[in-house]
Order: sequence, then structure tokens, then C-alpha cells
Amino acid sequence: MTTPLLDRPTAVHAKPLHHDNDDTVASLRTVRRRVHRRHWILLAALTALVIGLFLVRALLGDYRISFADGIRMISGTTIPGASFIFMESTLPRACMAVLAGAAFAAAGAAFQSMLRNPLASPDVLGINLGASAAAVFAVVLLGWSGMPVTLVAFAGAVAVAVTIHAFAGRGGAATGRMILVGVGLAAVLSSVVHWVLLRADIYRAQDALVWLTGSLGTVTWGEIARLGTVVAVALPLLVVVTRQLGILALGDDLAAGLGLRATRLRGLITALVVALTASATAVCGPIAFVGFLSGPIAHRLAAGRTSIPAAALVGAALVLAADYVSAYAVPGTAYPVGVITGLAGAPVLVWLLIAGRRSIQEK
Amino acid sequence: MSATLTAESLSLAYDKCTVVDGLDLAVPAGRVTAIVGPNGCGKSTLLRGLSRLLSPTEGRVLLDGQVIGELPTKEVARRLGLLPQQPIVPEGITVLELVERGRHPHHGLFKQWSRDDESVVAAALEMTELVDLAGTPVDSLSGGQRQRAWVAMALAQRTPALLLDEPTSFLDIAHQIDVLELVRDLNAREGTTVVMVLHDLAMAARYADHLVAMCDGAIVAQGSPDQIVTPTVIESVFGIAASVVADPTTGDPVVIPHRRKRDRT
Repeated sequence: MTTPLLDRPTAVHAKPLHHDNDDTVASLRTVRRRVHRRHWILLAALTALVIGLFLVRALLGDYRISFADGIRMISGTTIPGASFIFMESTLPRACMAVLAGAAFAAAGAAFQSMLRNPLASPDVLGINLGASAAAVFAVVLLGWSGMPVTLVAFAGAVAVAVTIHAFAGRGGAATGRMILVGVGLAAVLSSVVHWVLLRADIYRAQDALVWLTGSLGTVTWGEIARLGTVVAVALPLLVVVTRQLGILALGDDLAAGLGLRATRLRGLITALVVALTASATAVCGPIAFVGFLSGPIAHRLAAGRTSIPAAALVGAALVLAADYVSAYAVPGTAYPVGVITGLAGAPVLVWLLIAGRRSIQEK
Repeated sequence: MSATLTAESLSLAYDKCTVVDGLDLAVPAGRVTAIVGPNGCGKSTLLRGLSRLLSPTEGRVLLDGQVIGELPTKEVARRLGLLPQQPIVPEGITVLELVERGRHPHHGLFKQWSRDDESVVAAALEMTELVDLAGTPVDSLSGGQRQRAWVAMALAQRTPALLLDEPTSFLDIAHQIDVLELVRDLNAREGTTVVMVLHDLAMAARYADHLVAMCDGAIVAQGSPDQIVTPTVIESVFGIAASVVADPTTGDPVVIPHRRKRDRT
């Protein structure tokens, strides 16, 4: 016969699951607080950095403007000479840099974390290219401009995301398939872009190329309001929803065991990522590497944890700094911001890879 | 806190390939059940079916008398915990954060972290002796500590039923015993219904009340360790000859496999 339950050896040291455990609860609170405090300090430091870069970008251009004058101009005073440069060029560019940087970066970090792969940012998966291909097609071959182009770009990004989801299917291997399908689509779409450019007349191709590189040069307040609305709605939602990615990070089986509906969560995150990426791409083109790099940089700054707010701030800082450099690095010539993020992005990527390898070896 | 889990003429398949065919099983409530059998016999598949990760092609699984596939997944997660064989270790998170994730089924999207949650997490860490490691990143733990952290997460889920897929694989003998003692403790104190897949017959005989022996996707025999751990059942399930003797201290059956003569030249 089986030994009766109570006669079996049980560990005497183990404590029952229900008891007065105030001491442990208190000590765990300190652990929790320490982790939270580190995160808040990082967010505060990054916010300060973004504010600093914003002020530099808006006030210290070819024409230096004092902080007090800047405030006066925002509240409606006209200062001859300064007002035009500030209100129509440097201030809107700084605003757009923050919005676009945050949108690309948050979308990128959310995708990388969802697909558990640092390569899986929307730009690598062809979502930006979907927007680009549609926009270039509309601009070059149909001669469209303005709001219709924005809508077409949006539709292009959505089409790519839907295709990726449809081909990826369900189940454990879905994330791997999403990456493969996305990379494949990106290759197809970049051919489409080249084909359109080859057929275009030289002036339209020039315009399209500047847009394709990513540029803040022609930003209007209307575009800022449009992207601002999308970011104000989608970014907080993304931050709330991606908290559940912590559960998904444990693997699909365990996540399902904890009552998480992985397919629905992936769909929701993809919708928000597409909204952010497509809106930002439609306005200022696919600024190279921002979506791809901000996540890993924030990841390293946050000591290995994924933080969408930190990534968004890193993205904003990157685009602000890159736009400043692109406008003033070479006197007399203004490059599109995407040239700088592209040039700077590759070395940062290599540095990340080397630093990552070193930290693994140290363990 | 016991739960009943029943499979009725359950068939499970991956794509078109049927692994489990028309299986009936009533898991004894409030007891520890171990599913044993050779590699590829469908024991992990059965566990996936019981935990609703795999939808049945035929038949059904009942949790407390309700069809598990028709219950909201979060509702199931409050009653049935699951520890897969090799969960992914997320980067950078601490033991405390991992264990706190076990509270997920008890929360809505915006529900605040409560004193009750804190107390349950603290108790889970105490029971697994991980309080001092609460602030340590999970990816820097040793294999044994890591497995205890996963068990602690499952404990924090506070479910009346718990399914474990090979909870002792890749652990040395001392850590295997740690984990299985923990499972027995939980069952003794809370009356949790436990189902685990184990490949070690001796461990299964020692730590389970009820053994289910599987071969080729079907249940070959089930019953108490004394009834199952016999030379005849071992021969029919694993295809090896073995002697079974009584453990000198506990009286539990111990398997001594014989060498295969034909393998020697």
C-alpha cells in the first residue's frame, strides 16, 4: 500500500503559505523600491537631456535667441528677424524631432520586445518601407501631395503589418515567421521604391529621395498637430499594454498558463506600432535607425530591462541631436536628418554588439 | 483548495499527427499524480491538453466539471497553474519581479497591487527560500535556484491545481529532491491537486500518490506506486527488464534496471 500522506517526509523548515509575514513583505518592499527608483532616476535624467537638446535646437541656430525671447514669441510677441526663424523653422523642427523620435523609438522598442529579437524593429520588418513605397508611388507617379500622401503612407504601413500577421499565423513559431516574412517584404518593397524612382523625372525623384532619407526641413504646424495627436493617444496606450509583454517574455506556453491571450496582445501592440510608425513616416520620412537603435540603447541604460518610456526619450534625444548636427555641421549645407542618424547609427550598432558581447563574457 | 481535472475520450494532435487517442483520465483531487513513460509517449502532450494549451481534436477536458476550453483563459489561470518544461528566462528581471508575474491572473489592466498580493508573493518566496535572492536577476541564478524561482512563481498564482512538466530535468539529485519536497509540502498544506510529468520512475514512486503509466499515447496502467512500479508494468511500458525492491528506510519501491544482454559483444 501507499504510505499515508501525513507519514511522508515533509520539510520541517518550510513555512505555511498563509501566515503573518510582515517582515518579509517589508524587506521585499525595499527591493521593489530600489528597482523602481533606479528606473525613475533614468527617466528623469533622459527627460532632462531631451529638454536640454530641445532648447539647444530651438534657440541656438544660425540666429541665437534668448530663452526669455523664446517664451515671449511663443506667447504671441513678434520680434523682427527672430520670429520667422524661431516660429517657422527651429521651434517646429525641435517639436517634430521630439514627436517623430519618440514615435519611432517607442514603436521599435515595443516590436523588439514583443518579438524577443533586437533585429525586429518596424524599419527592418518593412513597415516603414510600406509607408515609403506607397508615399513615393503617390508623389512620383500620381503627383499627389499633402494629406492624401499621409493617408496613402498609412495604408501602406497597415498593408505590410496585416500581411506579416497573416503569414505568421499562430503558435510558438509565429514570432520567427513574422521576422522572416517582414524581412522578405522589406526587400520587395525597396525594389518597388527603386523602380518608381527610376521611372520618375529627375526633380520629383530628388524630392522623393529627400523624403526617403528622412527630413524635418519642411515641417508645418499642421503636421505637428496631426502627429502630436497620434503620439498623445498611442504612446500612453503602448506603455500600458506593453507591461503585459513582461508576461509574454516568459514564453507563449507560460503566458497562456497565466491567462494571457498572446495573439490578441500581439495584434493590439502591432496596431499601436503601425499607428506610430506610419504617422511619423508619413510626415518626415523613415528616419534611419531611430526605431532600430533606441530600444537597445535604452535597454543598456536600464540595465537589461525593457522600458518603452526610456526608449521614447532616447529616440527623441537622438533625433534632436541628429537634426542639430545635420543643419549646422557643414556650414552652408543642410543635410536631411536621416543622413546623420544613418551615419551615426552603424557605429553605435557595432558598439552595442561589442559591449553586449563583453558583458556576456564578464558573466 | 483542491480541484478536479478530468479528461474524457481525449484526442490530441499536432497538425494531422495524432499523439493521444481517446484517452480517459480522472486526476485524483487533492493528490499528487505523476505521469511516467518513455520519451515520445505523449505525456507532455497530455499535460498540454489538460492545461488547454492544446485544443482537443476529440473529447474534452473538464476543470471542476466545466469544459476548460469554454472558460475564460484568465478564469482558468486562477484555478490551474502550469510550469512548462523549459520556460524562457527573461533578461534583466529580478526574482521578485518574476514571482510577482504569478499574480497576473488575479489582476485587471489597471488594478492596483494590493497588500494581499504582497503577502502571497512573500509567502511563495519564503516557502522556496528565495527571500534573500529577491533582488537578484533571474538570469544569474544557478539551475537549482532558477527552478525554485519558477516554482515560486507558480505558487504565487495560488491555484487549486498545478501542472508541472518535468520540473526536475537538468537538476542534480539534491535539487531534484528540493523541488519535489516543495511540491509535496504544497500538496500537504494546501491540498493542491498536482499533476507532474516525471521521467525518473524512482522519484515518481517516492513523491507521487498516484502514477499514470503511458505508452504510445495511451494509458497502460494507473494506480498507487506499489501497483505500478512492478517488473511487469516496467517491462510493458519501457521495454526493459528490472527488479523492484523496497527502500530500506521508507518502504517505497525502488527500480533496479537490468543490463541488456544483447548489447554486449
